[in-house]
Amino acid sequence: MNKLPELIFNISRKGKTGVSVSLNQFPDELIAINKKKLRNGIEDFPSLSEVETVRHFSNLARLNHSVDNGFYPLGSCTMKYNPKVNEKIAGIDNLSAHPYSPVDLVQGNLRIIKELEEWLIELTGMDSFTLTPSAGAHGEFTGMMIIRKYLTSLGDPRKIVLIPDSAHGTNPASAHFAGYDIREIPSNDEGIIDLEELKKHLDEDVAALMMTNPNTLGIFEKNIVEISKALHDNGSMLYMDGANMNAFLGIVRPGEIGADVIHLNLHKTFSTPHGGGGPGSGPIGVSKELSKFLPVPRITSEGGKLKVKYFTEEGIGRIKNYYGNFLVMVRALAYLMALGKENVSLVAEDAVLNANYIRKELEGHLDLPYKGKTLHEVVFSDSGLKVKTLDIAKRLLDYNIHPFTVYFPLIIHGAMMIEPTETESKETLDNFISVMKTILKEAEENPEYLKNSPHNTPVSRLDEVYAARKLILRWEKSEV
Amino acid sequence: MRYFPLTDPEREEMKKVIGINDIKELFSDIPKGKSYFPLDNIPSMLHEDELIEKFMKYGEENEFHKYKSFLGGGAYNHFIPEAVKSLSMKGDFLTPYTPYQPEVSQGSLQAMFEYQTMMSMLTGMDISNSSLYDGGTAAAEGVLLMVRKSRKKKILAASNIHPEYLEIINSYIQNLDIVIELVDFDETSGKVDLADLRSKTGDDIGGLVFQSPNFFGVLEETDQITEIAHNSGSIVTQIVTEAFSLPFISSPGSNGVDIVVGEAQSFGLPLSYGGPFLGFISTRKEYVRQIPGRLVGETIDTNGKRGYVLTLSTREQHIKREKATSNICSNQAWCALRASIYLTILGEKGLNDISRSNHLNTAYFVKQLSGMDHVEVKFKEDFFNEVVVDLKNIDIDQFMNKLKAKGILPGIPLNWFFKEFKNHILVNFTEMHKKADIDNFVNAIGELK
Repeated sequence: MNKLPELIFNISRKGKTGVSVSLNQFPDELIAINKKKLRNGIEDFPSLSEVETVRHFSNLARLNHSVDNGFYPLGSCTMKYNPKVNEKIAGIDNLSAHPYSPVDLVQGNLRIIKELEEWLIELTGMDSFTLTPSAGAHGEFTGMMIIRKYLTSLGDPRKIVLIPDSAHGTNPASAHFAGYDIREIPSNDEGIIDLEELKKHLDEDVAALMMTNPNTLGIFEKNIVEISKALHDNGSMLYMDGANMNAFLGIVRPGEIGADVIHLNLHKTFSTPHGGGGPGSGPIGVSKELSKFLPVPRITSEGGKLKVKYFTEEGIGRIKNYYGNFLVMVRALAYLMALGKENVSLVAEDAVLNANYIRKELEGHLDLPYKGKTLHEVVFSDSGLKVKTLDIAKRLLDYNIHPFTVYFPLIIHGAMMIEPTETESKETLDNFISVMKTILKEAEENPEYLKNSPHNTPVSRLDEVYAARKLILRWEKSEV
Repeated sequence: MRYFPLTDPEREEMKKVIGINDIKELFSDIPKGKSYFPLDNIPSMLHEDELIEKFMKYGEENEFHKYKSFLGGGAYNHFIPEAVKSLSMKGDFLTPYTPYQPEVSQGSLQAMFEYQTMMSMLTGMDISNSSLYDGGTAAAEGVLLMVRKSRKKKILAASNIHPEYLEIINSYIQNLDIVIELVDFDETSGKVDLADLRSKTGDDIGGLVFQSPNFFGVLEETDQITEIAHNSGSIVTQIVTEAFSLPFISSPGSNGVDIVVGEAQSFGLPLSYGGPFLGFISTRKEYVRQIPGRLVGETIDTNGKRGYVLTLSTREQHIKREKATSNICSNQAWCALRASIYLTILGEKGLNDISRSNHLNTAYFVKQLSGMDHVEVKFKEDFFNEVVVDLKNIDIDQFMNKLKAKGILPGIPLNWFFKEFKNHILVNFTEMHKKADIDNFVNAIGELK
C-alpha cells in the first residue's frame, strides 16, 4: 500500500534548488527600487533538489486514480480516454505564442480557433460560437448574460430563470450572477420537464429556462421542441446546458430542437483531460439573433486573413483574459479531426450502448426510480439496501474502480449516477458489473465491512467534518 | 477507429442483452426528423501521423517564433525546467476529475495543499484557494468578495490596473447593481494618485482594487494605499499580474493588503497564446467563508493518519446553488499542480535569483536607454520587470515596423488601451533575455534617431 510522502516543507533544506538557468550578471547597484519595497527572503519557503522534487511528485502521482489507470464512470463528467497524441500537439512550441503577438504573426492559432468554432457550429446547428469561457459554469454565466443583454435590447431583461430540480448547482449560481432570481420547477414522474407544469410558470417575468439535455438522469427531454415553442411564445429563451452532449454528438443538433443558447464542455465531450479539476473550456453557441451579444474577442476573416475584434458595440464585453483556454481548444480540435465524419456519431452510439448495457445488467439488482429510456448514463438509487450509496462508492475504490457520481441529482434517494463513456471495452464493463454484484452481495451479508471501506487505498475513509471544523488550509511551522 | 475499444461482434452481443436490433432504437425519444443529421460538411478522419502534420502546419503558419519578443502585459515568458514538464504530464495528474473521492486522490490533493501554502507564503497572506480561471476573473472575484464582505456596492478601482482586467470586472458586475469608480494615476510617477484616492474614499465605499506592479510595471505605494483605504473602512484588494515580482518585492500581506488576486502563469506555464493560465486568490483567515472556489484542507482518516480533502464546500454551488459565493466548478487545478511543482523545484533560492535577475535586466535596459534623447523611459523609479518607453516624436507604427524588420517584437503599444499614451510601448524583460538580446534591442532603438 502506498503512503503519503512527507510534505515538502518538512524535507526542505535552506539553499537547495533544482533549477539551473543562465542569468545575466548585472551588479546590484542597478536596482532601481526604493529599498523599503524590497523583500528579504520568503519565510519558511521550501527548498528541494531536483531529484527530491521528482521523487516527491512521482510518489504523489501514484496515489491518484485517473482515466489512464482505471475505469472512471463518474456520471455527467464524461471521463473518456484523453488521446495521447493531443498532448503532443498541445505541446508544439510554435503554437505557444504571446497573446499580444501581432495578428499577422499568429494566423495559425487564429485559424485553429476559427476552425474549432466552425466544427462546433456544424455539430450543434447554432449560428455562432465563442470559445473564451474557461469552463462549463463560466459558459453558463456568459450565456445567461447574453440572454439578459438580448432581452434588455428588446426592452426588458425580465426577472426570473426557471431551473428544473434535477439541474446541476452551477445553473442557479450562474443565473444568479447574471442578475436573475431562480424558480425551481419539479420534474414529472418520468424524470423530465412537464410541458403543462412549465406553462403554469410562464409569465412576463420569465427570462429563460435552463435545461440540461439529456438531463442529469440521462433522459432525453423529449418535449424540448414544444417547450422551446412555449418559451418563445412567452418571449422567453431556452438555454441548453450541453454538459451531456456526449449522448448525442453527431446525432442531434441542439439548434434544430429549439435551443437559443448552449454551452459545451470541451473537457467532457471533446476528450480534453480534466487535469484533476481543470482547466476546462466551456464554449457558448447562440442563435443568429443573439450572435451580436457574444463577448470579445471575436475573430473575423477578411480576404483570407484572420483579424481580431477587441470591442463590439452590443456585446457583453470581455469575460476572460486573451482568447480563453487556447491549448484546450487545440486538443479538442485535434480530437474532432481524428474522428472525422466517419466516427463522430459513433461517440454517442457507443456511449449510449455502454450505458444501456450496464443499466440492463444491474437493473434487477439496484432500484431504478425513473424507468424511461436513458442515453449516456443511468441513475440508480440506494433504496432497499442495507448500506448507503457512499459505502458502495467507497468499496468500489478497493477494486480500482472510481465510483459513479454520488448523491446527485438530488431528486433521487442516494443517487448513483453511472456514465461509462464510449472509450471502455466490454471487458471493463463486465468487470464493473461483476464487481457491483459482488459488492451488493457483501452489502447483504456483511454491511459493516462496506461501512468501513475502503480497505486497500492509500488512506482509509477521510473525515470531512474534521477538515471543515479544523480548517487546516496550509502547512505551518510547528512551534518547537 | 482507435478511440473505440468495442468490436462489432461485441456491439451485437450487447444489443441482444439490451433487447434491441438497431442502435437507433436507443435514440427513439428524440423527435422525428431531428436525429441523424447529415454529416456531409464534416471533414474525413485523419490518421495520427496526418493529425500531427496538420498541427505542425498551423505552427508553421504562425510566425511569431521568428522574433525576439519583449511582450509582457500579464503574460510572461519564463524558463521552465524539463522536470516540471515531465512530472506535470504524468497521466495520473492529467487525467483525473476533481478529487471528489479523496481516498484515491491524495496525490492531487496534497500537491494542492502544498500549492495553497506556497502561494500564501509568497503573498504574505493567511490562506489561498486552489485556483481560479485566470488573473482577470480572479480580479472580478476579488471585487465580488469585497462586496459580500463589506455589504457595500460601491468599489474603487485604480485606473492603472490591467485594462483587460478592468473590462472583465465590468462584465462580471454588469447585472449586479455594483458601481465601480475609477481612481486616477499620477502622470509623473505612473502610480495611484493618493490625493485622488483620499478624496474618493468614504463610508459608502466597500473596497479598493489596485495593482502592483501596475500595468505600467511600476510598484505602488502599497502601504500608503492600504492606510488611506483602511482609515475610511474600505477593504483592499491587490492585483498581481506578474507573480514573479512576489519573491523580490515586499509582500502584499506585509503592506496590509486584505485580498490578493492575480495571475500565476509565470510559475511554470508556457505562454500558450493566453491560456490555460492560473488565477489565484489569497486572503485573511477571517474571509475564508466568503472566498470563491475550491479549498483543500488537511484531515485524518479512520486510522488517524494524515490526509487531504476538499473542504468548506458549504460555500459552493453544488450545496448552496444560487446562494453560493461563486458559480465556479471546474477551475485550473492542473495549472496549480504545475505551479506547485515549479515552485518546489525552484525553491526559495531559485525564485529569488530569477526574480532579481528580471529586475536587473530591466534596470540594465533603462540605464542603456538613459543616454538617448530621442526616446525616454517614462517612469524611471520603482519598476519591476516592465517599463513604459516614450517614443516622443517617433511614429509608433513606424517604430513597430522598423523593429519588426529587425526581428524584434518591441512591446505592447499603450494606445491600445490608453488614449493619453499615443506614442508609448510597454516593454518586458525576464531571465529569458540574455545581455546580447537587450543590447541588440537597445541598438535597434538607437538607430532610429
